[in-house]
Amino acid sequence: MTAEIGPPRGADLAAVRSKAEILRGWVDAVNITDNQGSHVRLSSWAGSLAAMDAGVEPVMQMTCRDRNRIALQSDLLSASAMGIPNVLLMTGDHPKLGDHAEAKAVFDLDSTQLTWTARTMRDECKLLSGRALDPAPDWFIGAVENPFAPPEGFRAQRLAKKVAAGAEFVQTQFVFDIPVFARWMEQVTDLGLTERCHIIAGVGPIRSLRALDHMRGNVPGLHIPDEVDRRLRGVPADRVAAEGMRLAAEIVQLVREIPGVSGVHVMAFGYERGIPEILEGAGIGARGDSVGSDHAD
Amino acid sequence: MTPAIQAPESESADTARGRRQPRPHSPRLSARSMYRVQRLVRPNAFYRGLAARLESFPRLRRLFTAAEERVKTDLFGCSMCGQCALPVTGYACPMSCPKQMRNGPCGGVGADGACEVYPDMRCVWLEAYERADGQGRAADLNRLQRPIDQRAWGQSSWINYWQSRDEGLWTDPGAIAVRPGLRRTTHQGDGRGGPVRRARHKRRSDGDGQVPS
Repeated sequence: MTAEIGPPRGADLAAVRSKAEILRGWVDAVNITDNQGSHVRLSSWAGSLAAMDAGVEPVMQMTCRDRNRIALQSDLLSASAMGIPNVLLMTGDHPKLGDHAEAKAVFDLDSTQLTWTARTMRDECKLLSGRALDPAPDWFIGAVENPFAPPEGFRAQRLAKKVAAGAEFVQTQFVFDIPVFARWMEQVTDLGLTERCHIIAGVGPIRSLRALDHMRGNVPGLHIPDEVDRRLRGVPADRVAAEGMRLAAEIVQLVREIPGVSGVHVMAFGYERGIPEILEGAGIGARGDSVGSDHAD
Repeated sequence: MTPAIQAPESESADTARGRRQPRPHSPRLSARSMYRVQRLVRPNAFYRGLAARLESFPRLRRLFTAAEERVKTDLFGCSMCGQCALPVTGYACPMSCPKQMRNGPCGGVGADGACEVYPDMRCVWLEAYERADGQGRAADLNRLQRPIDQRAWGQSSWINYWQSRDEGLWTDPGAIAVRPGLRRTTHQGDGRGGPVRRARHKRRSDGDGQVPS
């Protein structure tokens, strides 16, 4: 069980600490996003350290958008040196979608190449240049995948590429369409990927019709089926939030029953305090102190 | 933070040379015809000789490179990365992806196939998948593409291809079952034997820290 925390737009880590404290005991680890949606926030490594302070294991997200291969490898080394146990490597949103649309997009590596680089650094003690590392870094390497974006025939294969590159766990885009997700899981299982990689399904609540419209219209790669739309529009305005929370809890339950799914990743931007409610609704109780528990299970 | 005066998007990309921002491009020729052409231009003694010849006459090389740019920009939206992936991407150029992803589409592709950065354009990786799949070449997309050499921009990828400098740019399709090595085994990108040897710009800030950049 994992969850997501977005660092604040401001020079204070208290927000990360307090969110992590709310989640402590409920999740095994928290993702700290890396300037999510290409909006400037406090960095994911600083946020990760704050989460560790608060007694929650961090998953440091890292994108290829803002850094070339030199900076990426340097930050990966630093993360390991600071004791950050998990990294989640992705290409990242394009700057054009964020609050600094005029910024230079770097994309020196793509997510697969960054994953490959991280695995080489750790397992072969080598940089991309071939130079030796002493000592080698040590983290659990994660990646992301969107089972709902076309081309449908290639999405499981693309994960296979990331696994070959070195991904040991993968977190998915928000699951709202269970049949499509189950079909993707079947393909992933057939490729033998569940043996080599933990699949963690992304889940999150839609707490207002405005959020629903935003997610349907403006969030690339997000698929919300019509029945979800009908269900949320079918309740009185003051009950949408509760219905959205209930729906998220139901999805948590449903995805956990799909063979091959190792865990659930809950994303509730700006409403991290509601995550325990979703987990409770799904019949998942609080657990012990999350630090020192097994990775991403 | 958006500047007050902004050129319309279409104007900022009118010419290939002026285009700094990659954007998706639908190839103009069918994949089938491109795979046919591919068979005709495989490296052999003749092409190797031609490439070596071109390289020994800088003017000729520049002319040839300009012609290549002209043709490939028109056909594929080529931006002259100098290390062409087209033969294994269904002849749809991954460098025309706004994120220049070499290993497949990002997670932001719309349900209708729209690019997340330019929603009125189609994801170039959808083109690649459909074109390769239609010709029985979908397995090509399973190849892991190694990081490119950013020094090769502007070079002729045809010359580099005929000189076998592209070897190791990607793995075999079967490598997906194992954990392939990241480093290229042939061209090591050391700036001597690779595509860079013939780089137009001689100015270098050598990695020994002498030259501040």
